[in-house]
Amino acid sequence: MNKHTLAVIVENKPGVLTRVATLFRRRCYNIDSLTVGTTENPGISRMTIVVEGDNKVIEQVTKQLYKLVDVIKVIDITRESAVDRELVLIKVKADNNVRAEIVQLVDIFRARIVDIGRNSLIVEATGDRGKMDALEDSFRPFGIIELVRTGKVAMVRGSK
Amino acid sequence: MKMKGAEILLHCLQKEGVDVVFGYPGGAVLPIYDALYDSSIKHILARHEQGAVHAADGYARASGKTGVCIATSGPGGTNLVTGIATAYMDSIPLVVFTGQVSSSLIGKDAFQEADITGITLPITKHNYLLERTEDVARIVKEAFHIARTNRPGPVVVDLPKDLMEKSIDFEDNDDEVQMRGYRVMKGVNSGQIINAAEMINQAERPVIYAGGGVIASEASAELKEMAEKMKIPVTTTLMGMGAFPGTSYLSLGMLGMHGTRCANYAVGECDVLIAVGVRFDDRVTAKIEHFAPNASIIHIDIDAAEIGKNVDVDVPIVGQVKEALRSLIPRLQAREELSEWHQTISRWKDEFPLRYGRPSEGRIMPQHVVEKIYELTQGDAIITTEVGQNQMWAAQYYQYKEPRTFLSSGGLGTMGYGFPAAIGAKIARPDMKVIDIAGDGSIQMNIQELGTAVQYKVPVVICILNNHFLGMVRQWQGLFYNGRYSFTDMSHQPDFVKLAEAYGAVGIRVTKNEEVEGALREAFQVTDRPVIIDFWVEREANVYPMVPPGESPLNMLGGELDE
Ligand SMILES: Cc1cc2nc3c(=O)[nH]c(=O)nc-3n(C[C@H](O)[C@H](O)[C@H](O)COP(=O)(O)OP(=O)(O)OC[C@H]3O[C@@H](n4cnc5c(N)ncnc54)[C@H](O)[C@@H]3O)c2cc1C
Ligand SMILES: Cc1ncc(C[n+]2csc(CCOP(=O)(O)OP(=O)(O)O)c2C)c(N)n1
Repeated sequence: MNKHTLAVIVENKPGVLTRVATLFRRRCYNIDSLTVGTTENPGISRMTIVVEGDNKVIEQVTKQLYKLVDVIKVIDITRESAVDRELVLIKVKADNNVRAEIVQLVDIFRARIVDIGRNSLIVEATGDRGKMDALEDSFRPFGIIELVRTGKVAMVRGSK
Repeated sequence: MKMKGAEILLHCLQKEGVDVVFGYPGGAVLPIYDALYDSSIKHILARHEQGAVHAADGYARASGKTGVCIATSGPGGTNLVTGIATAYMDSIPLVVFTGQVSSSLIGKDAFQEADITGITLPITKHNYLLERTEDVARIVKEAFHIARTNRPGPVVVDLPKDLMEKSIDFEDNDDEVQMRGYRVMKGVNSGQIINAAEMINQAERPVIYAGGGVIASEASAELKEMAEKMKIPVTTTLMGMGAFPGTSYLSLGMLGMHGTRCANYAVGECDVLIAVGVRFDDRVTAKIEHFAPNASIIHIDIDAAEIGKNVDVDVPIVGQVKEALRSLIPRLQAREELSEWHQTISRWKDEFPLRYGRPSEGRIMPQHVVEKIYELTQGDAIITTEVGQNQMWAAQYYQYKEPRTFLSSGGLGTMGYGFPAAIGAKIARPDMKVIDIAGDGSIQMNIQELGTAVQYKVPVVICILNNHFLGMVRQWQGLFYNGRYSFTDMSHQPDFVKLAEAYGAVGIRVTKNEEVEGALREAFQVTDRPVIIDFWVEREANVYPMVPPGESPLNMLGGELDE
C-alpha cells in the first residue's frame, strides 16, 4: 500500500470537515492523517490528507472529493517535489541522569525544549515524517509520557 | 421591500418555476405554511412525509422537473430520510425543505430538534443549514441549480423557524449562481469521441447498455438514432426502461439479474459494449469478472467518479449523454446490416423468450396481469412499481416506448415507493394514465396515501399482484434457504377492497383470468378517485430467468422452453 498526500482546497465553511470525513468513512477509504487550517485567503481552508491506497483508489478518492460542492481543488502532491512538515510535542521522562543525553538528542534533531519539569521535559520538533519517526524512536528508551503529532502539512516547491 | 423569510422562500420557488409542492406541516414550518396559505403555489398535503417525498420524486421523474417537498423539523425531517435516499440512489433532482428549531435553540436538544443536515449528509448531493434570512434567495437558487445540473440528485435545505419569520429588506436580483467548487459540465473530449467512433465502426458484435443517464440527459432520440444508424442491439437497465423503445427490433429488453437471457448472452459475447448513462450496478454485472469478458468498453457518464468505479473501461467519455452522442453520431459510418450478430441474437430471442406457467384454481398468473395492462394501454401510460417480484414483472412483461414512463426505485429498492410516486406522476402528467404495479407487502408501507389521492381526486390505479407473500424474499428462501419461509407469509392482511372503500376510493377484487381485462377497463374509466385492484395471483410464482447471486450472467436459472 502506498501513501498519497493530497492537498485539498475547500471553502472555509462550517461542516466542510464533516463532509470530507463522512465521504472517507462511507466509501471505506483509509485516512492516515488529516490536517486543516486557514490559508492566505480567509474564505478558503486547506486540508492535507494522507491516504492509503493504490492509484485506482486515489483516483476514486480525488473524483469523489471533487463531487463535494465545497471542495474547490484537489492536488495529489505525492510525486511533486514538496516540502512537508509535521510538528511533534513529546513529554519525555528526564531525571538528572539522562538530561544531558536528551539535550544532545534534541540538538541532533534540531528540536527544542519548550518546558522543563522536575522529572520530565517537553520537546518540540518539526520535520518531515521520517525525521519525526526517527525522533520518536530515539526518545522511546527514556520513556515517553505523552506524545502528540499534528499530522502532515505540505506545499509544492517553486512558484507552482 | 420588507419581506419575511418565508415569503422570500415562496417568491424564489416561483422564480424557479415550481407550481406544486408536496408536504406536511408542523411547528417549525408554521411560518412557511402561513405564507403558503395565500400563495399561488399548489400544496399537496400527504398523509406521511415519506409519501410527500416519494410523490415529489414521482413528479420529478415523470416531468423532468425538480420535485419539491416540505416537512417540519425533527420527526418530519426524519420521516423524509428514506425518500431522500431513494432519490439519491437513482439520481433524481429534488429540493427538500425542512423546518428547524429557531437558531438560538440549535444544539440544545430543543423540542423536535434533529440534525437533519447531519443525518442526510451521505444521502444528498448537497445540503444547507440556513444561517441568515439574507441568504434565502441565494441558497434556494443554488439548491435548484445543484439538484438539476450535472448528475442530478436531492438537495436538503434546513430552515430555522426564526429566520423564516424574520422580515428583511429584500431586493431580488438575477445574478448567476457563483460557486467555486461546482461547475456545470460542458462539452466532451473530442479525442475520446474519435476513439469511440473508430471502435464502434469496427465492431462486429456491438451492444448498447443504456440506463438512467439517457433519461436524465433527455437523449432518447439520439440513442435511437445511433442504434438505428449502426444497427446496434440495445439493452437497458431497470432505470433505463423507456430510454429506448422496447418495441424496436433492436431491443433486447432488460439485462442483469432478472434481465432476459438474450440481453445477458449478448453482453457476454459482444466485442464492443457501449455503456451510456449507466453505473455498472452489481444487479447488472453480477460477478464482475464474468461481465462482458470479451468486450472493449466505451463508457459515457457525466460523473467522472463513475468511470472506472466498478469496471475498467477502454474509452471514457465524461459529459452529457446527449452531447456525447451528438458528436459521436456523425463520425459513425452507417451500416446496412450486421447479419451474423443479428442472427445469433434472433436465435437467442426465439430460444429463450420470457415465459410463465399456468395458475392454480382461484389464482391468476401475475405476469398475465402485466401483459394485459400493456395490451390495454399499448404503452401509453406511466407505470410505477413497488419493490420485489411485482417490480421485475413490470419490467419484463410491459414494453416501455417512451422515457419517463417507468418509475421505480432501482438503487435503494424502497418498498412503498410506487403508490406515492404514482400520485406525483399523475399530478405532473394529468394527461397520462398512471398505474402502480404493486405487491401486497409494499402497498401496505404507504397505503395511507389513499387519503391524499382521494382528497385531491388523483385517479391512479393500483394493481396489487397479491400473492399473500413477501414474494421476492420468499423466492430467495425457496431457492437458497431450503424453502424455509421465515416471516414472509403475508396472509394476514386487510381486505383491500373494503380498505379502498373506507378511504372513498374504488376497490375491485379479481381472482379469475377472465376478469382481469374487465377490471382493468373498469378502473381506467374512473377519473375522480384512485382505484385498487386486488389481483389474487399465483402464490409461489417466481421471477425468471435469474442470475443467482455470485454467478456469471451467463448461468441463468429458469426461463428455458423445456421448463
Ligand atoms: C429487486 C431489484 C432487482 C433489480 N434487478 C435488476 C436487474 O435485473 N437489472 C437491472 O438493470 N437493474 C436491476 N435493479 C436495479 C439496480 O439496482 C440499479 O438501480 C440499476 O441497474 C441502475 O441503473 P443504471 O445503471 O441505469 O444507473 P442509474 O442509477 O440510473 O444512474 C444513472 C447513471 O447515469 C449517469 N448520468 C446521470 N445523468 C446523466 C447525464 N445527463 N449524462 C450522462 N450521464 C448521466 C449517472 O452519473 C449514473 O452513473 C434491481 C433493483 C431491485 C430493487
Ligand atoms: C422498505 C423495505 N423493506 C424491506 C425490503 C426487502 N424486500 C425486498 S422485496 C421484499 C418483498 C416485497 O413483497 P411484496 O411487496 O408483497 O412484493 P412481491 O415481491 O410479492 O411482488 C422485501 C421485504 C425492501 N426492499 N424495502
